[in-house]
Amino acid sequence: MADLFSKWKEGLEKTRKATFGRIATLFGATQINSDTWDELEAILVQADLGIETTEEIIQALKQRVVQEGLTRTEELQNALREVLISRLDPTPTIDFSSHKPMVILLVGVNGSGKTTTAAKLGWQFSRTGKTVLLAAADTFRAAAVDQLQVWGDRLGLPVIAGQPNADPAAVAFDAIQSAISRKIDIVLVDTAGRLHTRYNLMEELKKIHRVVGKALPGAPHAVWLVLDATTGQNALQQAKAFKEAVHVTGIILSKLDSSARGGMAFAIQQSLGLPILYAGLGEKPEDLQVFNREAFVNGILEKNGQ
Amino acid sequence: MFETLTQRLEQIFTNLRRRGKLTEQDVDAVMREVRLALLEADVHYSVVKDFVSRVRERAVGAEVSQALNPAQQVIKIVHEELIKTLGEPQWLNLTGPKPRALMLVGLQGSGKTTAAAKLARLLRSQGERVLLVAADPYRPAAVKQLQTLGEKVGVPVFYEEKVPPPLLCAKAFDHAQKGGYSVMIMDTAGRSQLDDALMSELKAITEKVPVADILLVVDSMIGQEALHVAQGFRQAVNLTGLIMTKMDGDSRGGAAISIRSVTGVPIKFLGTGEGIDALEVYDPSRLASRILGMGDVIGLIEKAQQAYDEKTAREQAEKMMSGRFTLEDFANQLRQVKKLGPLAQILEMLPGQLGQAAKMVDPKDAERQLKMTEAIINSMTREERLNPDILNASRRRRIARGSGTDVQDVNRLIKQFREAQKLFKTLQKTGGRGMPNLFG
Ligand SMILES: Nc1nc2c(ncn2[C@@H]2O[C@H](COP(=O)(O)OP(=O)(O)OP(=O)(O)O)[C@@H](O)[C@H]2O)c(=O)[nH]1
Ligand SMILES: Nc1nc2c(ncn2[C@@H]2O[C@H](COP(=O)(O)OP(=O)(O)O)[C@@H](O)[C@H]2O)c(=O)[nH]1
Ligand SMILES: [Mg+2]
Ligand SMILES: [Mg+2]
Repeated sequence: MADLFSKWKEGLEKTRKATFGRIATLFGATQINSDTWDELEAILVQADLGIETTEEIIQALKQRVVQEGLTRTEELQNALREVLISRLDPTPTIDFSSHKPMVILLVGVNGSGKTTTAAKLGWQFSRTGKTVLLAAADTFRAAAVDQLQVWGDRLGLPVIAGQPNADPAAVAFDAIQSAISRKIDIVLVDTAGRLHTRYNLMEELKKIHRVVGKALPGAPHAVWLVLDATTGQNALQQAKAFKEAVHVTGIILSKLDSSARGGMAFAIQQSLGLPILYAGLGEKPEDLQVFNREAFVNGILEKNGQ
Repeated sequence: MFETLTQRLEQIFTNLRRRGKLTEQDVDAVMREVRLALLEADVHYSVVKDFVSRVRERAVGAEVSQALNPAQQVIKIVHEELIKTLGEPQWLNLTGPKPRALMLVGLQGSGKTTAAAKLARLLRSQGERVLLVAADPYRPAAVKQLQTLGEKVGVPVFYEEKVPPPLLCAKAFDHAQKGGYSVMIMDTAGRSQLDDALMSELKAITEKVPVADILLVVDSMIGQEALHVAQGFRQAVNLTGLIMTKMDGDSRGGAAISIRSVTGVPIKFLGTGEGIDALEVYDPSRLASRILGMGDVIGLIEKAQQAYDEKTAREQAEKMMSGRFTLEDFANQLRQVKKLGPLAQILEMLPGQLGQAAKMVDPKDAERQLKMTEAIINSMTREERLNPDILNASRRRRIARGSGTDVQDVNRLIKQFREAQKLFKTLQKTGGRGMPNLFG
């Protein structure tokens, strides 16, 4: 745990320059008063929790203040931390042993970080002794295949790719067949970015999902939505639409090393029950970390350098 | 998921219909809703605060006009203020010594490379001689991405391996000058505004190249941080414009307001798709409606007004009120809808929930359905259209044959028509005034 914490710290410090663990007091006053609640609202909304979630949290805290007779903002801050942490499920451990190959589909809107995440995951899994294959099923965006290929070469991971504009489902199919015959442990399928409102593209994604199931019954064993942490309220719509289309099983929050706090994770957890699995804390393979809700909540509560 | 602002305000004002002036309490109630709408649109917390107090001042005591109910009146003020804040679209700074150097900057994945290609295509089609510069040596295959796009739009891409971006851009400028290019577009790597090393790199480029336009490319789905991102970039370089991308989704795009009102940087373009032709000059009114979650209500009303002659509109409204709406009117409406333009375009303009639902409709499918509906109605006699109750089984069979459809299709249409009739009645009760009934 301590080790994990320090990695988060590093990731955040690089750009955020915030002092981890020593969180400046959030509130101007030391006694709780009406301004305190306004300040709290401002903090949570600005961390992209959304006004609805923010109001729920404030209600919960107001209750605690009465019940526990809290008077100091410092006490409130601790209560806030507890409430926020309790709203996120502990990160489940992923079981890699029951399927071979285990097929993981990465989905998300344009530019969210899918390809980079595929590479990062591949690197991390291979470090634990698993064999990994990357499937470049983004045949649409210019040079998307090359992008994953470069990562594969750098990290020594095999990549199965189709021709530009080839059927992405066919690429996924080939990759899985190849993984079966090569006795690979894990297949990571990188898909093209698509806005969740685009009917045809969501249909295409469903097809990839179906075809993966044909290549290997039971697959995909996991569908992970890569969500850019700088996203605002739209994140919930994205998560809903992708979940409906391809049964997303978990969220990866990318670009948490930016100045954004990723507060939409709360609404997504709350209304869709989707756990946050990993956090992207930089562009390098080692910058992907197992999601840590304590560190994440600290990131929301700490004062920004700006 | 979200109720539209209009709906919420209609609720607040159901009891206030007959008042002349807006009282402070009325305005308070409305401003609470406006505030929520703006926060849900990702407008920055502090910007919302200022905005709301500005509108508040204007709204208290404002005369309620005859034509609008109080809710519509306040919306109009909010809408006007938003438009004012968003400002007129501005064109690129293309006049002056050639080549004009444009630079695209922004966070990772915001859409810079795509926007570079889109701009190249646009300017080329206007007769400029354009050179693209691949100044992102960091992201794997970023250069290849730009080269591929450059080939697609027929614009050469300048690149030299292992040359740091500032020097690369200086060399590109030299090349552009000697080669007689009129515009040079630099695609830079994505970066966080807090990354000092990479921000200095941007500054270094501007010191080596006389940059005419520095455009910040922002993903329209971005949340509250948009403000700090824009401020951070503006501190490092002299931003001259904003491009909001991925506007083809259902994000409300409130970041545009935050950025514009705090930095004063004008909005220049919108990215509306992955294709290299999906670049639009933005329209302040449409964007304001979108941020308010009203769809393009204004645009829709205007379009409808153009297509609808007023007499028919009034007659039909009256008919609906009295529940005397017939399939004949339905047919009339269908013709009006068709005059509005391609269905796909109309679906896109729908507000709120309706708009979200419409996005999941396959436009081709909808177009087919519309054709089918028309065929069925055309196969009815006038008497049948005026009095659908007489449509017995044998008449329905005849109509199906005549329109080349199945009896089930005819049944479905009649059922839909009944439901529409019911809907109009409830709409009438809840006061859906002002909106022409487009969707019979
Ligand atoms: N700072 C930071 N940048 C990231 C992170 N993850 C991805 N990126 C960057 O974000 C940009 C987009 O990442 P990609 O992996 O290409 O995103 P994608 O979802 O595959 O994009 P499309 O396939 O174009 O939809 C790249 O410049 C990445 O280097 C992260 O955790 N932190
Ligand atoms: N739907 C949609 N996708 C876009 C738009 N602009 C860019 N993209 C996509 O967003 C992703 C990132 O774009 P890119 O230009 O590579 O971003 P960069 O990292 O800032 O250079 C790619 O998948 C693009 O195809 C847009 O306006 N609409
Ligand atoms: Mg990708
Ligand atoms: Mg790029």
